[in-house]
Amino acid sequence: MRVAGKGLLAGARPVTFSFDGVRYRGLEGDTLASALLANGVRLVGRSFKYHRPRGVLTAGSEEPNALLTIGRGAGQEPNVRATVQEIYDGLEARSQNRWPSLGFDLLSVNDLAAPFLGAGFYYKTFMWPKSFWEKVYEPLIRRSAGLGALSREANPDRYEKAFAFCDVLVIGGGPAGLMAALAAGRAGADVILADEDARMGGRALAESWEIGGRSAHLWVDDVLAELAAMENVRLMPRTCVVGAYDQGTYGALERVGQHLPRSGSARPVECFWRIVARRAVLAAGALERPVAFRNNDRPGIMMAGAVRAYLNRWGVAPGRRVAVFGNNDDAHRTARDLVAAGVHVAGLIDSRHDAPRARDFRVWRGAVVCDSAGRKGLENITIRTARGKEKLQADCLAMSGGWNPSVHLACHMNGRPVWRRDIAAFVPLPGAVPGLEAVGAANGAFSTAACLREGAEAGARAAEALGFGAAVPDLPEAEDDPCRIAPLWSVPGRGRAWLDFQNDVTVKDVKQAAAENFRSVEHMKRYTTQGMATDQGKNSNVAALAVLADATGRSIPETGTTTFRPPYSPVSIAALGAGAQGKGFAPERFSTSHAASVEHGAPMIEAGLWYRPSYFPKPGETHWRQSCDREVRMVREAVGVCDVSTLGKIDLQGPDVGAFLDFVYTNTFSTLKVGRVRYGLMLREDGFVMDDGTCARLGENRWLMTTTTAAAGEVMRHLEWVHQALRPDLDLRFVSVTEQWAQFAVAGPKARELLNGLLDAPLAQADWPFMACGAVSVLGVRGRLFRISFSGEQGYEIAVPARFGDSLFRELVARAEALGGGPYGMEALNVLRIEKGFITHAEIHGRTTAYDIGMQGMVSEKKDCIGKTLSQRAGLMDPDRERLVGLKPVGAVKQITAGAHLFNRGEAPVRVNDQGYVTSVGFSPTLGHMIGLAFLRRGPERIGEVVRLVDHLRGIDTECEVVNPVFYDPEGGRMRG
Amino acid sequence: MAELIAKTPCEGLLPLTVGGVSLTEENPGVMTVVAPFRGREAALAQAMRAAHGVAFPAPNRSAVRAGARAIWFGRGQALLVGPEPDPSLAEHAALTDQSDAWALVRIEGERVEDVLARLVPVDLRVRLFKRGHTARTLIGHMAGSVTRVGPRAFQLIVFRSMAATLVHEVRTAMEAIAARGVLEG
Repeated sequence: MRVAGKGLLAGARPVTFSFDGVRYRGLEGDTLASALLANGVRLVGRSFKYHRPRGVLTAGSEEPNALLTIGRGAGQEPNVRATVQEIYDGLEARSQNRWPSLGFDLLSVNDLAAPFLGAGFYYKTFMWPKSFWEKVYEPLIRRSAGLGALSREANPDRYEKAFAFCDVLVIGGGPAGLMAALAAGRAGADVILADEDARMGGRALAESWEIGGRSAHLWVDDVLAELAAMENVRLMPRTCVVGAYDQGTYGALERVGQHLPRSGSARPVECFWRIVARRAVLAAGALERPVAFRNNDRPGIMMAGAVRAYLNRWGVAPGRRVAVFGNNDDAHRTARDLVAAGVHVAGLIDSRHDAPRARDFRVWRGAVVCDSAGRKGLENITIRTARGKEKLQADCLAMSGGWNPSVHLACHMNGRPVWRRDIAAFVPLPGAVPGLEAVGAANGAFSTAACLREGAEAGARAAEALGFGAAVPDLPEAEDDPCRIAPLWSVPGRGRAWLDFQNDVTVKDVKQAAAENFRSVEHMKRYTTQGMATDQGKNSNVAALAVLADATGRSIPETGTTTFRPPYSPVSIAALGAGAQGKGFAPERFSTSHAASVEHGAPMIEAGLWYRPSYFPKPGETHWRQSCDREVRMVREAVGVCDVSTLGKIDLQGPDVGAFLDFVYTNTFSTLKVGRVRYGLMLREDGFVMDDGTCARLGENRWLMTTTTAAAGEVMRHLEWVHQALRPDLDLRFVSVTEQWAQFAVAGPKARELLNGLLDAPLAQADWPFMACGAVSVLGVRGRLFRISFSGEQGYEIAVPARFGDSLFRELVARAEALGGGPYGMEALNVLRIEKGFITHAEIHGRTTAYDIGMQGMVSEKKDCIGKTLSQRAGLMDPDRERLVGLKPVGAVKQITAGAHLFNRGEAPVRVNDQGYVTSVGFSPTLGHMIGLAFLRRGPERIGEVVRLVDHLRGIDTECEVVNPVFYDPEGGRMRG
Repeated sequence: MAELIAKTPCEGLLPLTVGGVSLTEENPGVMTVVAPFRGREAALAQAMRAAHGVAFPAPNRSAVRAGARAIWFGRGQALLVGPEPDPSLAEHAALTDQSDAWALVRIEGERVEDVLARLVPVDLRVRLFKRGHTARTLIGHMAGSVTRVGPRAFQLIVFRSMAATLVHEVRTAMEAIAARGVLEG
């Protein structure tokens, strides 16, 4: 309930929200947790394994219990911490992991079965039969033990990723962080101050103490105002720094729109930042740790610091009759603040015999809380003293086992934290993350004065190290109480005492792990699942390892911590993958003929990043095969036009291009005459085929290489490597010109006729033999012409600067249609090349050699080239290898399918009998049947043989005849004519 | 007589203004990659200065003079934007026409750096990335070139074929920034 006159929300606007269908009112500035507590709602969730009733434990991002689902429909978000989620009008929150309802959860029977469900239960019980684990046990266990669920629909919300750079990154906006930012900011350094809270100030908002003689929050307001006015300081509230990475890079998650209704606007819900900082100050504060005692997990049992935060910041008393249990002086603050606010304090139980006394409430010294009771919320606690046990009525217990500095980020590069006995806590190892200095509570300095001082000094130090003249700001006056604590990790006794609330791990589980010899803290963690929930053990790690240390007879530093890994706080996958939904997934590359192709009704298919037309349907054609067959016949009988701009084009210039090409291609290029084109094959260094294509000599010192569409980038990278690393002695330069030229294949018996209508000077047959190239003028535009053919027909490729591509394509298509031809797509292109036995990356797929594809003759014996030596390894020249052949169907089933495997007739179609596989297939309208290219053991020696073809996936079993891979015009008369 | 009609890379896609940041296509004129041959760097720099008034730029730098802009474009490469390259350059360098290869746009506005922070993983703070500074880097998922051309203006260059993706990605970033702007008002 709200306490009149308390908190920082005075005069705030009322906000209406709902929880499990019930409408509640809160105030602007409330978190869901503070608003629910203000409304007296204590039960907010069920635990992971035992389905125990749970309430809010903390007031920060470490919250293990109060995980809710926010929103409805496709964008609903599970596992949102109520302590982080700010309320807004219309916010809809639902509890999780309960059925049928939060108050009555049938799976709470698990709690009765608890004696059987301890650590290792699953491992031991569901061992047999083995196959049952994946199919039966795991799905069942996952269903009963669970968190919230996604909607299983596409996320309609926007997320984003961004980069930021600064001189000094200050992580945490409490007193230490504010002073660090102030010092570095005043020095003129570019500062980013990131704080996970919506309102900066850290504990200064949660405590009743003063800074500089005023309420701490007023001091915070002044500092923030000064920082906001500095141009070099950037304040990033709601931004949790989640990871420290190499080179001063930090990952951070900003909640941009999570505290606002999802309006369907372009506003992202979250932004994942990569912040690069030259120096960082870690002022992440500390997390209070619970004490393990029997039934310490009931709703109403909370952290003492959280009770103060709810009271002092949000004006909420989490109970009417509050007891406090602790082992340190800080816990006493909670009782004092509550009394001052008029909340009844039932008493303070301090495990220390020398605990301070108090006037306003009863103090049990040298006593512990050993049990609690209350069905869906705390009703009373049992106190054990030297004199015996007594019960105390309380609806809220504020507990404190001391504070753990938030060392996490300082440990992300594998630095282990250092144990400090005096404060019974781990602190960061200085220098564990280069450039990062931990200060304040994160560094084990718990008094406000120490926080202010360490922050100011570190901020100034960071700025000074970067060359900014910095001064340590004047330090305001603040409390400087010493940290007085006597370790208390768990209260001995029977029953279950919780360490990890979220994963339901108890003291008994950790002891069990130790007893079963899982003595390493890493093994204990995995055996018990302690620290493996979404809070990553923030509330339980140190206590669990202390219990383990005790059980194994070692000290805490000897036992050590588990490995700290990013993220510090949960990061949604949507934020990490931001921008990659839909069209953001990959760039789209459109050729200049794209619009015209789409206008022709062509379905566009992806070829790498490019989009290319599959076929160009004509009215009346209802199946792609009809279009494809027509387009093939069109090229064979008249003329076809196809955009080939997507092939890689590389312009090479310099006196040594010829020598360079001789080195990267298997065959010789240096002897090629100007105005001629040659087909070439490239090997990888390991001797396998990398790519093929043509290379044209445009001038004495200028060449144009083409690559396949798929390997354009790979070839360019390869050439760079060869030139920079292997042959820097060769004087040449090369640049990709793929994008500069729009290039179209014009193929068919009427190709010349078509071109002559466009070229300003008609083609003289004698000047343009097969494999000629040169400059032409195309309707007044300077272009290039290549007499090359991938279809087996008289073929040309005509190139113009890309700005004219759209126009030239339309012109070519219109003129082709007038000659009985037209455009053709990838399907027809594929059939045409298979008919000719031309290879693509279906054949040169990375595991085939020049020998395998029948091109061993192209590996020149007169010179060396990349990959030549390794291609001559005995195994790569073995005649028994699978080598390229053609296939045509025989028998009843006239089918050949790509991916099918080949077997000898009469042999079983099993792996050991495998003779080869089919790489490319198509229906040849020219020949009237299916044709295919395949790799077959000793293939070229088996022409005429009939082999068995089995496609295990498609259920095809048939026979085909092995034939020459060149099905059509093997002499090449049509191509040359 | 038929005639071939020229189209710019971003035709039909630009201009675009969202939240005070504008994206417009630039007409760069001639674009040429100038890549010096071995040992000819100094001679080329001299020839460039004599013919076009700009030196061959150092890595991550560009230079402008009277309509000619020389942008560092990668290892030993400069993109000469504006004039037809003087024939004297060919003696020292490979010259490759790129006039049609790239989409070249200008992005400008009060919050231009915030927009680019969504797309470019490079520190663009004006103190470090001054007018004329340039980088070959990522623009969203695309490899491209980023040059500061004013206090609130940058030039972006990507493959011509990726112009539509460039506009899509920049628009998305602009919209997100504009939506935040309303919010922080």
